[in-house]
Amino acid sequence: MELILALAIGVLGGSGVWLLMRPRTFQVIIGLSLLSYAVNLFIFSMGRFPVGRPPVLEPGTMGDPAVFADPLPQALVLTAIVIGFATTALFLVVMMAARGLTGGDHVDGRARDR
Amino acid sequence: MQHLAILPILLPLLAGAAMIPLEEKRSRLRATIGIGSTLLLLAIAISLAVQAHADGGAGVVTVYRLGDWPASFGIVLVADRLAALMLLVTALLGLAALVFSLTRWQRMGVHFHALFQFQLMGLNGAFLTGDLFNLFVFFEVLLAASYGLALHGSGVARVKAGLHYIAINLAASLLFLIGVSMIYGVAGTLNMADLAERIAAVPAENRSILEAGAAILGMAFLVKAAMWPVGFWLAPTYSVVSPPAAAIFSMMSKVGIYAVMRLWLLLFGAEAGISEGFGGDWLLAGGIVTIAFGAVSVLATQDLARLAGASVLISSGTLLAAVGAGQLPVTGGALFYLASSALGIGALFLLIELIERERDVGADVLAVTLEAFGDGEDDDDQLDDEIGVAIPATMAVLGLCFLCCALVLAGLPPLSGFIAKFAMLTGILNPAGLGEGPVEVSTAGWALLAALVLSGFATVLAMTRAGIRSLWATTGRTVPRVGIIEIAPVILLLATCLAMTAAAGPVMRYMQATAAELHAPQGYMMQVIGRAP
Repeated sequence: MELILALAIGVLGGSGVWLLMRPRTFQVIIGLSLLSYAVNLFIFSMGRFPVGRPPVLEPGTMGDPAVFADPLPQALVLTAIVIGFATTALFLVVMMAARGLTGGDHVDGRARDR
Repeated sequence: MQHLAILPILLPLLAGAAMIPLEEKRSRLRATIGIGSTLLLLAIAISLAVQAHADGGAGVVTVYRLGDWPASFGIVLVADRLAALMLLVTALLGLAALVFSLTRWQRMGVHFHALFQFQLMGLNGAFLTGDLFNLFVFFEVLLAASYGLALHGSGVARVKAGLHYIAINLAASLLFLIGVSMIYGVAGTLNMADLAERIAAVPAENRSILEAGAAILGMAFLVKAAMWPVGFWLAPTYSVVSPPAAAIFSMMSKVGIYAVMRLWLLLFGAEAGISEGFGGDWLLAGGIVTIAFGAVSVLATQDLARLAGASVLISSGTLLAAVGAGQLPVTGGALFYLASSALGIGALFLLIELIERERDVGADVLAVTLEAFGDGEDDDDQLDDEIGVAIPATMAVLGLCFLCCALVLAGLPPLSGFIAKFAMLTGILNPAGLGEGPVEVSTAGWALLAALVLSGFATVLAMTRAGIRSLWATTGRTVPRVGIIEIAPVILLLATCLAMTAAAGPVMRYMQATAAELHAPQGYMMQVIGRAP
């Protein structure tokens, strides 16, 4: 479990960083998306890996923290996903505007490299 | 007024939300709501500062618990001296930028006033929040609004700079999340005060994870604060965005400084055990390199807006290095410098638009090129025409304001920049307090001292050159038409700097008390956690 998750985060993060360095805006936005997936998984992994444990206590019971998952990383991931979604959408709009204004998809607004 | 601490977040949120459904042509109503909300924010910030500084100067930390949950479970807002100071400077800059935008900039794009209110909400929230994850949320709020403001007015240059700006900040936000989650994974809390309490008890095998998390988190802040080498985005972006946006952005780069100042002094102070002072050398060295880079950029630039952007770099570098020095008197001087330079740079961004209004793009480049390669014939012809032409009042006012900006930014007497720099230099030269203990200044201290003095010198040179080019030696230029409502915000900001100079004693006592609170955060921790740490 740990190995698979670590590999997934590593592959997503590595691909994301590589794409972020590329000169086309589309590659940059895909890179940012991949990176945010990697980061979301990473946050999730910080709550350790309890399998099959609920994060919410039963109403009216005291509950033993040992048999419950930590709800905070899950809440953080949800917030991070929502914020990441919104900012990616906004970035997409700016990307389209840049495409329309400069007539190319280079991140510096230059025409296609010769 | 126990609910005073949440008003700086709620008020701009409601004001901004109320503006969105209004039709685009009702700009007068929007402007009224915006100005009203910002004026109220100013009043709230002043009363929070008075409240924080009350109790005979001992200081009161107001803790606002949302939903009345105890600090380690719930979300807290903390209004102490530092937060109140930052709120006050934000409200002043916000008011000035908003009034400035009334004549033309508010009509250059849609939803300017709503975005501006959300920007203020994000800034205020980041200053008030007491836990790391809400700091992230408010960072995102202020960044999302700033993306809109950066693109306000549109145009190829703004969209191109905006694209870089957004990409860099999205990447920095991801670093922020990684850092926060690593710290949570090790310490099990995100509340800043709780974290400071637990940090000494972190077992040795987890300490490297904690420190790595703190370093990654710090990188996210340093990208915002534009430390070299992660600050190349700043000058190109700030120099093309619309002037009201640039003025409020000069506060935004101070958010990064604020976060470093707050968290580093809180988490890695004396009670952090073996992690004490973690990363301080990096802050100091990075700050000094940033000052050097800013000084070179100031000298190299031929464009006024770029000059202001490079001044932001110098200001950031000075603050980072001063915080990294980790001495109480230096921190106090740095806080004075923070307020003074934020106001001065904000005024400069607004002023530049007024000066450059009627000029051709590229005139500066041409002027410098002419000087470098010599073009004597033309100069002689023009000389005769120049004599006897009085400087009109508009140019005199603009020139005077420019001079004040230059004095504030370079740290020359008699304005507030000088007092700030003087306080920092005194702190560096007398580590044990003025007239007490042996005077042993470390090598790093000398380096910082040299950087402070030399960056001031570079600023003087660059501002003098720019001032002569754009205000003095301009032949055949039309005098810009400047309305009273446009110059008033600039004068307001500079008058605040002047007031800080006139009332330097009380203001400096407030700053020193803030610095003392930051260096000995036990009171802060006790108030937030609700028991003695």
